[in-house]
Amino acid sequence: MPEGAAAPGPLPIVSFLKIPPQGDPYLEGLQCGKCKAVFLGERSTCASCGARDALAPKRLANTGNLYVYTIVHRSFPGVTVPYISAIVDLDGGGTVKGNLVGIEPDPRKIQMGMPVEVVYKIAPTKDREGNEYLSYTFQPRT
Amino acid sequence: MSDVYVLGIDMLKFGRFPDQDVPELGAKAALLALDDAGLRVQDMEALYCGNLLQAGAMVGQRILQEIGQTGIPVTNCANACATGATAFREGWTAIKAGIYDLVLVVGVEQMGKAGLLGGGGGGRGIPKEGLLGSQLMPAVFAEAGMEHTRKYGTSFEHFAMVSVKNHHHSTRNPKSMYQMETPLEQVMNAEMIAYPNTKLMCSVNVDGAAAAVLASERKARQLGMGRAVRVAASVLTSDPYTERDLVMPDVNTCTRQAAKKAYEMAGVGPEDLDLVELHDCFATAEILHYENLGLCGDGEAAKLIDERQTWHGGRIPVNVSGGLLSKGHPLGATGVANVYEVCTHLRREAGARQVADAKLGLTHVIGLGSACGIHLLERVS
Repeated sequence: MPEGAAAPGPLPIVSFLKIPPQGDPYLEGLQCGKCKAVFLGERSTCASCGARDALAPKRLANTGNLYVYTIVHRSFPGVTVPYISAIVDLDGGGTVKGNLVGIEPDPRKIQMGMPVEVVYKIAPTKDREGNEYLSYTFQPRT
Repeated sequence: MSDVYVLGIDMLKFGRFPDQDVPELGAKAALLALDDAGLRVQDMEALYCGNLLQAGAMVGQRILQEIGQTGIPVTNCANACATGATAFREGWTAIKAGIYDLVLVVGVEQMGKAGLLGGGGGGRGIPKEGLLGSQLMPAVFAEAGMEHTRKYGTSFEHFAMVSVKNHHHSTRNPKSMYQMETPLEQVMNAEMIAYPNTKLMCSVNVDGAAAAVLASERKARQLGMGRAVRVAASVLTSDPYTERDLVMPDVNTCTRQAAKKAYEMAGVGPEDLDLVELHDCFATAEILHYENLGLCGDGEAAKLIDERQTWHGGRIPVNVSGGLLSKGHPLGATGVANVYEVCTHLRREAGARQVADAKLGLTHVIGLGSACGIHLLERVS
């Protein structure tokens, strides 16, 4: 891509978010064939058992449960607060961090363990070259 | 292998010193520790210096440039918030190995206006802070606390009580950054930073330095054991793999493993401790470490704070110095300053905050990323 030219479609906000040419975006982990541990991001060796070259891509589920959360009231300038920072255990393996939206940032409303789903959406900011980024959030699932 | 003794130890009152630089603060603490031991820099055979934010800047050598360039080996250590404890342990290791009889340890940090601890965003692409949750320290330790809430129902109020206690303790510590009472309502109504941690439940950014002189048993006997404190255990762990640690740093497992090793090394158990200085970087963290250090059973931490068992005068006083929440948390100095606190009680020199008949104390720090350092310190009777 030439300098200064934006990509034709959105770029993934993190390397473990996959955007196939056809079909829906998804999160992809790496699973160790020896100990079954699931990782996010690139790596060649398993941090759990030390196995080399035993990691294979694993498509992660778009459903899971809220493990824990915090409500962030103070962040860097320009970051909209309050928001819910959530840790979600995906069905079938993999734990991911992201914003929980679609529910009030109020501890009386948020239940740890509640079912959530991964929803993909374009991030509100672009990079300096004008590229859009596809991000993800978690939403309550009924 | 030789036992290791603390012969001299001291710290600067934590505060904000924009007109001084890091080597200057470190040098002042080093001279205080040497004076406390009745020794000179010429007696020191090595220097172990802990500093995080200027890790590439030869801080240990610059300290010697201020107090005496004797040509001794200098090792500069950085290990996040376990930096000071790591430097202390490096000194302990060298004496254990029989290489030296007397070493100097310094922990020093200048925080300036560091603001929220830790980074976020950066790298290629767009900033992720606030889009993919929060990587900031208050949020990370809030989430760690919420795991305890999830398991045992620990409440906002329980976490807040930790801050009430530690601020209360600091009113009797002249070297603490703050000496003020913060009643429960004040803690809970303070600005919310990351639920359930309010501003008064976050450690205080301060500048500070602490230093110690360590000696072999042979040297300690030669110089006099009068005020010496025995290092009964020194342990450092890193974080073993756990299921969620890529997105949720695990400060529990490395602490549990370190505590187990430390108790084994000293041949004691948590029931033998008279006081504990643990890593209350956020109020939520202190609750977790009650259980991690075995001060109570799993799920009993809320009861421990509820029943005031960790207050001064309680069954096992925790952070009688005021802790990181009130005394302050100058990263590289913290792990030496908490050894100072325990030694001061073991020497019966803690004045108004003295823990009666203190014979054995534990210090604990966590460097996120992660490292856990634990020292057990014993009065020489």
